[in-house]
Amino acid sequence: MTTTPSAITVQSVSKSFGRGDAAIRVLQDVSVEIGAREFFTLLGPSGCGKTTLLRLIAGFEDLDSGSILIEGAQIDHLPPFQRPVNTVFQSYALFPHLTVAQNVAFALEMQNLSVADVRRRAGEALEMVRMGAFANRKPSELSGGQQQRVALARALAPRPKVLLLDEPLSALDLKLRKEMQIELKQLQTEAGITFVFVTHDQEEALTLSDRIAVMQGGCILQLGTPRAIYERPAHRFVADFIGEINLLDGQVSGPGKVRLDCGVEIAAAAEQATGARVTVAIRPERASLAQGGMLPAVVTHAAYLGTASILQLRLANGTPFLLRAATANLPEIGAQVSLDLPPEALQVFAA
Amino acid sequence: MNLRRLPFTREISLGVLVYLYVPVVVLIVYSFNANRTATVWTEASLDWYRKILTNPSIRNATWNSLVLATAAGIGSTLLALAAALGMRTRFRGAGLVEAVLNAPLILPEIVVAVATLMLFVAIGIDMGLIAMIPAHIAFCIPFAYLPIKARLEGMGPSLEEAAQDLYANRFVTFRRVTLPLLWPGIMAGFTLAFVTSLDDFLTSFFLSGPGSTTLPVYIFSAIRAGITPEINAISTIMLIVSVALVVTSFLLGKMRR
Amino acid sequence: MSATSPFRRAGLVGPALLVVLILVGVPLSIMAWVSLLGRGATIGVDWQSAPSFANYTKLIWEEDFDGTLLFNPTYLSILWRSVWQAAATTVICVSLGLPVALWMSSLSRGARDIAVLLITIPFWTNLLVRNYAWLIILREDGAVSRAADAIWPFGPVQLLYNDAAILIGLVYSFLPFMILPIYAGFEKFDWRLLEAAYDLGANRRRALTRVIVPLAMPGMIAGSMLVFIPSLGSFVTAAILGGGKSMMLGNLIQLQFGQSRNWPFGAAISVVLLALMMLVLMGIAIWKNRQEPKR
Repeated sequence: MTTTPSAITVQSVSKSFGRGDAAIRVLQDVSVEIGAREFFTLLGPSGCGKTTLLRLIAGFEDLDSGSILIEGAQIDHLPPFQRPVNTVFQSYALFPHLTVAQNVAFALEMQNLSVADVRRRAGEALEMVRMGAFANRKPSELSGGQQQRVALARALAPRPKVLLLDEPLSALDLKLRKEMQIELKQLQTEAGITFVFVTHDQEEALTLSDRIAVMQGGCILQLGTPRAIYERPAHRFVADFIGEINLLDGQVSGPGKVRLDCGVEIAAAAEQATGARVTVAIRPERASLAQGGMLPAVVTHAAYLGTASILQLRLANGTPFLLRAATANLPEIGAQVSLDLPPEALQVFAA
Repeated sequence: MNLRRLPFTREISLGVLVYLYVPVVVLIVYSFNANRTATVWTEASLDWYRKILTNPSIRNATWNSLVLATAAGIGSTLLALAAALGMRTRFRGAGLVEAVLNAPLILPEIVVAVATLMLFVAIGIDMGLIAMIPAHIAFCIPFAYLPIKARLEGMGPSLEEAAQDLYANRFVTFRRVTLPLLWPGIMAGFTLAFVTSLDDFLTSFFLSGPGSTTLPVYIFSAIRAGITPEINAISTIMLIVSVALVVTSFLLGKMRR
Repeated sequence: MSATSPFRRAGLVGPALLVVLILVGVPLSIMAWVSLLGRGATIGVDWQSAPSFANYTKLIWEEDFDGTLLFNPTYLSILWRSVWQAAATTVICVSLGLPVALWMSSLSRGARDIAVLLITIPFWTNLLVRNYAWLIILREDGAVSRAADAIWPFGPVQLLYNDAAILIGLVYSFLPFMILPIYAGFEKFDWRLLEAAYDLGANRRRALTRVIVPLAMPGMIAGSMLVFIPSLGSFVTAAILGGGKSMMLGNLIQLQFGQSRNWPFGAAISVVLLALMMLVLMGIAIWKNRQEPKR
């Protein structure tokens, strides 16, 4: 733990759009601290407020209440051109009338560097993204992936303390996106600056991030490392949004016991009082097929994927269940099987 | 079958195009007619063009028209540019403001011309260019405004946000990003405003004084006196100039998509 | 802050707004006031006179020697002619404009651009010159007239200086104003709707009335506004092609500022013209409101 102030401190920030009755609260009293050199991701479905939060940090919107600090200095009253942050836009926003080199040099020219320095630093930034050969092209002559890299170089050239990325990979096709994810991570480590990354793709978030903030409806539901969020989701929405999960509704039937709607009573540590409606969550890979297991089910679909198999099952009350098993021996469709649900793999949420 | 083709639309359309262009072609052709009596075709000649180039009234009127159109074009384009930039964010009353700015397009020109006359008489300003320039600027504003606004909307806000993000303040952003990208729209707006002022008749008619006749007003008085081939010649020139300017504006609008 | 502050916005939009208000709004108000005054001896307006509605009543009645009011149809007939001409022009423009717009939108991209340019050019050229061109064509010793004389057996055909000439001129002047809005509506037209109609058994006529016309309606309304209102107040066409006998409101107004030197009366006629225009706009707004289902 360092004693220097966090790279970004967001304190009780709220933001609404529109007026009067039609006003929409996009961010509700959001607070978060982002550390130096951290790859921090804001993850959530569209409309959750992640892009708005990013734009507030960048300075393109004004906040209604709260404050934002960069390394301890308050910046929320400053216009974008006075904040030590740079943004990579979702649409790249490359200046169409300037060449690639001129685009990348733009911020450097604002900083009153000598012509030689500008050229050198711009060249370095372009080399970092391996676009040096395209220096004299216009953006319209580049492919999507190439434009994306120029946008990155342009934002990194002025060496900001924080880089904000607004779903930068969403316009790329799958293969390119995977390649760029690796490049981005390497760049971030190389440049040694804080990245604040916005995405709705939970797999991307899990791959890249040091920490993730899962957002929904203008609030941060959970903040933690990818592992913590995946293995111990604190909220039903987080559990459902991240990865695959099975959600079984039921009722607390006693201390440490839940009676599921499909009729079976299982052991599950629940905080809720007896009689409360709950949802029990378990990841597909944590359950297992077992002879005489606690949960009877019928196989509806089986797929062999090489190293593992995916089984789609149906419980007594029609609820679907997904099982990921490391076995190559697949039961037949329609076969009656039974499942084991280890209590430590279960998470119980209020319904 | 071409789904979009409905019977007779092509025939009607070609008929309409003929209807629109034949009179103009006749006019142009007769302007080269050597014979004074415009009905009888003698031979092709540039006599009338020569005559109008040396006619002092025509030269005066041409000069007035050009001065007026340039002043009105520049004035209205600058005002329209500022207005278009200011109208980008949505605010309460934006619809009303746009309605007022576009009002000259909808109001019958004779009513506005006559009312403006009364304004200047009431204030005590004499008829002439001093009165005509502001009046022209006013009704040229919507013609300059629309192409600029269209171009701005096509640009979107992200480019300027990017510039500001990269440490350019508002002034530098405007100079290095907004203005260069907006330029074709500005030129298109100026061209349309220029043409509108050049072609304007009614307002100029009511507001012109001795010595400040414009070309259209001159043509009108000449027509009243009787059809002469000189009128054909001036009209042809005005047509060609207008067409050239409109085509230029059209091409500017298609630039740098 | 990045968002435009209200002050900055006012500074940007303000000048243009002011210019229009001062050079259009204020004059109109002055004109409305003048319409209530009396005519001046030399300069046209007697600013000292007591305001009254005399100029308005003058449109319908005139005073006899002994002060009784006699119905005077002169001005009303001019008003009627203007309304009738404007309406006829609008109807003709719609009938011609719709097929042309349809045909334009059925062309390929490149041909379409050329067509738009061809229709747009008359839009921007001098109204005066274009009406003058018709003068050349229609006058008595012109080719068209002589051809018409040859065909029509009942004596020489008067093609000029009458209502028919004005109508031809008006349609000619304002047809592009109708074509372009309808065409603009078709550009956004989803042609798959037409395909769906054909697929569901509509023949060409039905497709026209049930699918195309309703979709073209907004453009036709906009175009009608752009044709009817200027036609109503037309001066140039009536002056050049109509001669002294077929006067329209525009000529009547100009007369008051020319020979008749009765500016307040001219102002009153202008106010009536504006009122007619407001009626038309309101009518369209009400009609549009009825069309839109309540949300």
